Amino acid sequence: MNSKPRILIVDDDEDIVSQLTLVLQADGYEVQAGHSQRQGEELLLGQKPDLAILDLMMEQMDSGFVLAYHLKRVHGDVPVILLTSVAAATGLSFVPNDEDAKSWVKADLILDKPVRAEQIRAEVARLLGDKACAPNDS
Amino acid sequence: MNSPLQVLVVDDEPGMRQGVKRALRDFTVRLREINGDVHFEVAEAATGEQALESIASQAPDILLLDHKLPGMSGLDVLGKLADGEQDVLTVMITAYASLDTAVAATKRGAYDFLAKPFTPDELKGAVRKAAKHLLLQREARRLAQEKRQVRFQFLSVLAHELKAPIGAIEGYLRIVLHRQAGSDQATYDQMLDRSLFRLTAMRKLIQDLLDLTRIESGQMKRELVELDVAAVAAEVVESFAGQASEAGVTVSLAGSGAVMTADRQELEIILNNLISNAIKYNRPDGRVDVQIGQSAAAVTLAVADTGIGMSAEEIGKLFTEFGRIRNDKTRRIVGSGLGLSIVKKLAALYDGDVAATSQADVGTTFTVTLGKSLVPGLVPGATAVRSRALE
Repeated sequence: MNSKPRILIVDDDEDIVSQLTLVLQADGYEVQAGHSQRQGEELLLGQKPDLAILDLMMEQMDSGFVLAYHLKRVHGDVPVILLTSVAAATGLSFVPNDEDAKSWVKADLILDKPVRAEQIRAEVARLLGDKACAPNDS
Repeated sequence: MNSPLQVLVVDDEPGMRQGVKRALRDFTVRLREINGDVHFEVAEAATGEQALESIASQAPDILLLDHKLPGMSGLDVLGKLADGEQDVLTVMITAYASLDTAVAATKRGAYDFLAKPFTPDELKGAVRKAAKHLLLQREARRLAQEKRQVRFQFLSVLAHELKAPIGAIEGYLRIVLHRQAGSDQATYDQMLDRSLFRLTAMRKLIQDLLDLTRIESGQMKRELVELDVAAVAAEVVESFAGQASEAGVTVSLAGSGAVMTADRQELEIILNNLISNAIKYNRPDGRVDVQIGQSAAAVTLAVADTGIGMSAEEIGKLFTEFGRIRNDKTRRIVGSGLGLSIVKKLAALYDGDVAATSQADVGTTFTVTLGKSLVPGLVPGATAVRSRALE
């Protein structure tokens, strides 16, 4: 029996963190949470996660980009999901839609908030592939 | 130093082109409005066809265009340019000041005329006028663009700040609806509590937004009367008694005798924001010291806390809209990010300002200065001073 896959969640909205934690723990993942870019940086120094979910806007407008960049530099194989909440409402887009942006934004997936529980579970399972827990259909 | 304006002179007489070049070579226009000197670089074309070619490859800022050219005429060139998107200011050069030509050229977008023969000074005069027009127009366009940009950023952040609580509440409601958190009722109660908390914060944001908009628009109804500032402060401090004791913070008030003409509600908003902040960003067993002072010309309201403090860099962005400091220490504290912006705008109505000094983990002092010499007639939205008893 392998140990549980570890997921790192960093979001300055503590309600989002507790909701994601609840949903993913229910699926059988081990969750480590941080509430700021600074806490995220500290968590990155610890044990390697199997996947990371990072909020874009924390202390800085681009905290999530910076964290993702640092994570990928150390662990290039860890999938990263970036959560944003600005794009849809205003047309202001942080989503990398050209090749140039994709080359420096180190995220495997960018999701617009609010993210529904089913969606995040499915995307996590997809990105983890063999390592994924079977979704808990309670 | 501005980059030089590109001038294209179109004339079939080489002597004329040389003359223009010579006249503009060391010519400088000083524009106070944009705070700088403007120089010119001159290119030339002998025919209308050549001119269009040259404009297509690099559009000049100012076009000195002879009307009478071999081949296509100056008017033809203007017509072609009117179809394009180049931002070119044209000065027509005409041998005879013919009214017909002038009317036709103006219709096609010519900005000015220069009658042949002209002296170097007349040429410089026309170029100066064109350059000034062009640069002021560009400056106005730039400012309008900047204003749109600021507004866009404000709305973007506002949308973000409104979407975040909606997302959080929606998430909790779905979990509750589908009973995704097990069978312990207390867990669900906690989620509903959090949802209510997020709604409270959202209502505060909307209220602050309305205040801010009202102040900015000058539509705010103001009732300017003689007020004892310390008495108003005493009432505000009193209203925070509950919140302060909950937070374990002691609020004190010092100072008396400061009287000024002001709107009571505006003073209350200023004091509310500062005292509320001082309590929120404090430590347990902390203090808030409110001090009302005055000089001959101004009243000062100083609110000092013993809280988490800020770095100089953080103070720098404090008074901008949504300039809320986001870090681990402030994460759990409700704030709209608009309060200090409102304080600053209100202080400005009294020819005053707000400043902050701070030391991390020791405390912060906010000082608002309000000018006493208020001329109600000059203040937007001011209503005549009336006695409350008459209303």
